[in-house]
Amino acid sequence: MRKLVSGLGGRAVIAVPYLWLFIFFLVPFFIVLKISLSQVTIAIPPYIPVFNWQDGLAGFFQKLGALSLDNYLWLADDPLYVNAYLSSLRIAAVSTLLTLLVGYPLAYGMARAPLAVRPILLMMVILPFWTSFLIRVYAWIGILKPEGLLNQFLMFLGIIDQPLVIANTTTAVYIGIVYSYLPFMVLPLYATLEKMDYSLIEAAEDLGCTPLAAFWKITFPLSLAGVLAGCMLVFIPAVGEFVIPDLLGGSGTLMIGKTLWNEFFANRDWPVSSAVAIVLLLILVLPIVYFQRAQARAQERAG
Amino acid sequence: MASLGSIRRSFAPWADPKAKPYIRFENVTKRFSDFVAVDDLSLSIYEREFFALLGASGCGKTTLLRMLAGFEQPTSGRILLDGQDLRGVPPYRRPVNMMFQSYALFPHMTVEANIAFGLKQDRMPKAEIAERVRQMLKLVKLEPFAKRKPHQLSGGQRQRVALARSLAKRPKVLLLDEPLGALDKKLREETQFELMDLQHDLGLTFVVVTHDQEEAMTMADRIAIMDKGRVLQVATPAEIYEAPASRFVADFIGSINIFEGSLVKESAGMTEIRDTSGADFRVAAPARAAPGDLVWLAIRPEKMRVSRERPPEAENALNGEVWDIAYLGDMTIYNVKLDDGRIVKASMINSMRRLEDALTWHDRAWISFPADAGVVLAE
Repeated sequence: MRKLVSGLGGRAVIAVPYLWLFIFFLVPFFIVLKISLSQVTIAIPPYIPVFNWQDGLAGFFQKLGALSLDNYLWLADDPLYVNAYLSSLRIAAVSTLLTLLVGYPLAYGMARAPLAVRPILLMMVILPFWTSFLIRVYAWIGILKPEGLLNQFLMFLGIIDQPLVIANTTTAVYIGIVYSYLPFMVLPLYATLEKMDYSLIEAAEDLGCTPLAAFWKITFPLSLAGVLAGCMLVFIPAVGEFVIPDLLGGSGTLMIGKTLWNEFFANRDWPVSSAVAIVLLLILVLPIVYFQRAQARAQERAG
Repeated sequence: MASLGSIRRSFAPWADPKAKPYIRFENVTKRFSDFVAVDDLSLSIYEREFFALLGASGCGKTTLLRMLAGFEQPTSGRILLDGQDLRGVPPYRRPVNMMFQSYALFPHMTVEANIAFGLKQDRMPKAEIAERVRQMLKLVKLEPFAKRKPHQLSGGQRQRVALARSLAKRPKVLLLDEPLGALDKKLREETQFELMDLQHDLGLTFVVVTHDQEEAMTMADRIAIMDKGRVLQVATPAEIYEAPASRFVADFIGSINIFEGSLVKESAGMTEIRDTSGADFRVAAPARAAPGDLVWLAIRPEKMRVSRERPPEAENALNGEVWDIAYLGDMTIYNVKLDDGRIVKASMINSMRRLEDALTWHDRAWISFPADAGVVLAE
């Protein structure tokens, strides 16, 4: 009896997040999927066919037949979209690598800091979240623009005599993404590095490793789970990033989030923008599935 | 085994004034901010010696070992290995290897790869590495487990992998930090003898840190008893047990009865002591003190005898009441309460005990010991 009750309770607990995902992810996903298969028109809503409760079953099937993959063919046909996807993936990949290069030493330093300081360092990594993301990205405009803080400072030091053009370039987008997503890289890395037994490093040095060799042979391989988690947490949102390229990027920065925004708001082409979103989702689902598999494998190994 | 015993007995380079110490700590001090872990310590360890650093936790023994491995630098003083000053030599350039208390096996590598790790670091040819790994696996009897990861092994097997890994590079000195601490009692006893045989067969110098006196007594050629960063006595297990240098050492190793008293006189090798209750003792041991000085007479329980009547031949005897009897199978421990309330402990081997003498709780009894049973301690 007790088991039955706890079984029901357990199911109820699991049901809540599933219900949440169903209502706020799966249902909207199917709505977007349906729109992506529709045709654009000048109406409210701006696409046909529109399903209606009054249609009845026959009308429903008739309208179902009107759905087509035209928008997807259109995306594949137009190099603009393909280029935007490729460019987004490239920018996200480069930014992820840069974030890793900045984040790893940071996380390592935190994990090796005296125990008493670690919570403070951790707090400092999380602290930027207390300010609006948008405001922080705007602040970078003030830093990077030709008459901005960075250029003024460098000219004051006499390092340059012409302002650097960073604002509205892809470089600025990299800076913005690395800055914004750094905590997502640092936190999983810190969690992995902090648990690591320092006597392993001592053992490696005892057996003839220089500290650098010990890092590459012991510390880094043992932190791979954290590296993978951090990279996924940065790469996945960075591919679809819209705000950072919009505010910091220039006309040369081609990213799919920007393209999607244009289709939706400027062209009012809901079906094509929905198709763009669905393809983006598929591109991102693949690495997520891979990541989950890798995690499951790692857990199997550990268990 | 018998031949091994006789070799061990004849091995005593520390008694040879011409022998050169292999490892030498010279006035080594190590401070961690305001805590003194090792305090002006000097110590010599000889080649092929099995040397134990014994003490309670926090006595500085592990710090001493870590300084030898190169993980800590002495605040002052110097450490010599085979005549070479080790100052500034990083751990990866020292011809010593360490077996860690936690074993510190690399979790992402197989047993084989763990053992080969140090050899690869030295860029030894692949074929030689494979051969050496095979030898090491054979040595620690882990051949079937070569491809396993550390988490797939039992505690005892992990201990062996750690040992094989630290021996693989054939270091001049092997440092062992509580090598048997994580094993259960039975396995620990087996492994003690294996370690001794291994050390003897490979002809290595072992420096082992332990808090377990039985372990140190079993394995070591010499033991250094440490307390508060200082070495109190360095001697063979038998000397430490039979002739402790101070009350701390006497009390630390095994159990002992200590009588506080003042030195009456010392003549012709006989020392007379009057203890605080007024009893007089005559012992055949040097006092190293002047008449009237405060001294302590220390006697091991097994040197004491309990009997109903005062044995006529006994030089020293005290009367009391049997307070507690602990039967341990091979021997029996008697706690005899003297009339002034002090408890004296005597242990008697059961095969020697006469049945008609069987004493029981609250019987009046004599506790006696011969003149050559005790040591006189001046500190």
